[in-house]
Amino acid sequence: MSLTLGHFLSVGAILFALSVVGIFLNRKNLIVLLMAIELMLLAVNMNFVAFSHYLGDLHGQVFVFFILTVAAAESAIGLAILVLLFRNRSSISVEELNTLKG
Amino acid sequence: MSSTLSASTLLAVPLAPLVGSALAGILGTAFGGNVIGRRASHTFTILGVLVAFILSAMTLKSVALDGARFNETLYEWMVVGGLKMEIGFMVDGLTAMMMCVVTFVSLMVHIYTIGYMEEDAGYNRFFAYISLFTFSMLMLVMSNNLLQLFFGWEAVGLVSYLLIGFWFNKPTAIFANMKAFLVNRVGDFGFILGIGLIVAYTGTLNYTEIFAKAGELGPMAFPWTFFGQDALLVTVICICLFIGAMGKSAQFPLHVWLPDSMEGPTPISALIHAATMVTAGIFMVARMSPLFELSDAALNFIIVIGAITALFMGFLGIIQNDIKRVVAYSTLSQLGYMTVALGASAYSVAVFHLMTHAFFKALLFLAAGSVIMGMHHNQDIRWMGGLRKYMPITWITSLLGTLALIGTPLFSGFYSKDSIIEAVHFSNLPGSGFAYFAVLAGVFVTSFYSFRLYFLVFHGKERYDQNPDAHHDDHHHDDHGHHGDGKPHESPWVVTVPLLLLAIPSVVIGYLTIGPMLFGEFLQDAITVNAAAHPAMSRFAEIFHGPLAMALHAVSTPPLYLALAGAVAAWYMYLINPAVPAAIGRALKPLITVLENKYYLDWFNENVLARGARALGVGLWKGGDQGLIEGGVVNASWKVVGLFSAAVRRLQSGALYHYALMMIVGVFLFMTYFVWLAK
Repeated sequence: MSLTLGHFLSVGAILFALSVVGIFLNRKNLIVLLMAIELMLLAVNMNFVAFSHYLGDLHGQVFVFFILTVAAAESAIGLAILVLLFRNRSSISVEELNTLKG
Repeated sequence: MSSTLSASTLLAVPLAPLVGSALAGILGTAFGGNVIGRRASHTFTILGVLVAFILSAMTLKSVALDGARFNETLYEWMVVGGLKMEIGFMVDGLTAMMMCVVTFVSLMVHIYTIGYMEEDAGYNRFFAYISLFTFSMLMLVMSNNLLQLFFGWEAVGLVSYLLIGFWFNKPTAIFANMKAFLVNRVGDFGFILGIGLIVAYTGTLNYTEIFAKAGELGPMAFPWTFFGQDALLVTVICICLFIGAMGKSAQFPLHVWLPDSMEGPTPISALIHAATMVTAGIFMVARMSPLFELSDAALNFIIVIGAITALFMGFLGIIQNDIKRVVAYSTLSQLGYMTVALGASAYSVAVFHLMTHAFFKALLFLAAGSVIMGMHHNQDIRWMGGLRKYMPITWITSLLGTLALIGTPLFSGFYSKDSIIEAVHFSNLPGSGFAYFAVLAGVFVTSFYSFRLYFLVFHGKERYDQNPDAHHDDHHHDDHGHHGDGKPHESPWVVTVPLLLLAIPSVVIGYLTIGPMLFGEFLQDAITVNAAAHPAMSRFAEIFHGPLAMALHAVSTPPLYLALAGAVAAWYMYLINPAVPAAIGRALKPLITVLENKYYLDWFNENVLARGARALGVGLWKGGDQGLIEGGVVNASWKVVGLFSAAVRRLQSGALYHYALMMIVGVFLFMTYFVWLAK
């Protein structure tokens, strides 16, 4: 049995689904939320690489590098916000972050 | 137009009293620092009016004898679109006559005021007002366009308001001046609508240009129908204009302000509310005769209103006990006569009666004022009597005025009143039958109330010391000082001289001027009568053979005997057998009650019109403004938004995972749509 495109895409989809579930089931920790977002990006990267390999087009893999860079920057900013948030509210519980409530 | 009338001379006529008024009103009052005193105030104003009178008399002479005419625009105020608003003078027989009447009566009243208002604190203010009135009235009569006429019309209304409320500490006076102002607004509303219609259809305010277009105005139909009836445009215009005249000239049902205006000082009752201002409506209709001639319907309306006023206001004069109110109701009744004459297309007769009435009614009012002074400000005729011994000049002049009023042959009132009766007799309008009856019955009524007043005041037992509330009433602000024994006394010369000067025209003016005014050239070009359609005047002219013949002919006509019967009845009931009026009063109790309440018109106005308007206002305020606009539009809009927001707000939980779920559900929905459904 050889690895086909379907296998890679399945891994990507499973990763994506996990991260989605992680976003809206998670009620305690904002860090988990950030990690879920990272996971979502990785799922997308997986798709990019898989298609790039099977279509013989390197542009997809170049894109993956961009996404990784942006994801790193994003998590740096996200963690910085998180630290400030914790200083202000002494909590990073997602449930307590409901000041938007109308 | 003639070279004998110059614009500058004519301009000086209204401006001289204005200057006098400004001097007395600004420098003589606290407003300008009381720079000039009483003597200077009355000197300046009297000089102003004297100048106006002399110039008016000269104008009348050149108009009457040399046939001079003047019609020019002196100043262009503004031009709006094609509509010119100008100030100009039009002097013909009608104007010249009015100028002389106004300035002469005004001069007499100015002189009289020196005596009457002697002890009043508002002496200078009063002179300023009456001179201002003279200016306004002159602007009104001399105008050559409707705008200036309207200016004068409103200005005399303003001065009337100021003078009725001259004693502004007196609540009844304040009530009366407010009433006069409000009732006049009703009339003015009609008047301004009439002017507006004229402007809309002719595009001009100038008399000459309007009359030039009268021919094409005549057959036009009014764009709206009234209760399914088509109306001529000119009928609507004329009725609107006449509603203005009804307000100013106190015609039924807008007459209610005039009796109350007696709250003002007596000189202005004579000048404004008898001789001049209230005749402005008559003058205006006569001036607009080319338009009124085109509408039989309007003339019918006028004649009926005039007849109602002439007869029914006379009745009210019978039961009044205040000397000034009797004369006031008499004025109303006489104004009704003039209006009847207008309706019968006898404009010249109306103007003729206007002139004679101005003299004898000013005389009667000033004599009443003299009596009031002599009686130490008691106005109730039940507590007078026998005054002829104490006030001989006032007595004689009052008698002459009364004789003129009831239409004694050879007196001025006879010529004008009998001419009206004849003109109505010859009128062919449907309403003239009722009007003829009203003016004939009015002769008896006039004579009865006039002689009742005369006998109660000047003859019979002296009752001046029996008045239960004399010297205790506090409603006289110009308290005249009580001289020793409280006996009546004759008034000073400044009061009696105007009486004598007014008595002369009251007696002779009718005899002298009936020929030229009614049948001569004098008013020929000022007044237009369509003799074919309204033959009253031309048929009257056929039977007129000079003033003397008319006086002799009176012996064989009913008015003389009606007047005589009225006088005799008054003599019997108030001198010989005073029990009769009391008995009649008991027998006709309900009728007297109706008369005492002035036909319940005041009650109707207060309770139905005023309260109704208030109720309508409150209804619109509560229901319309607060209910519909505030509740239904303004508040409802925020309430709807609020309700909607309250529903939507439930979606905003503030919990991140809800938003995230929502996002993903949204993504799935969009993807479902784009991938499967939108192919």
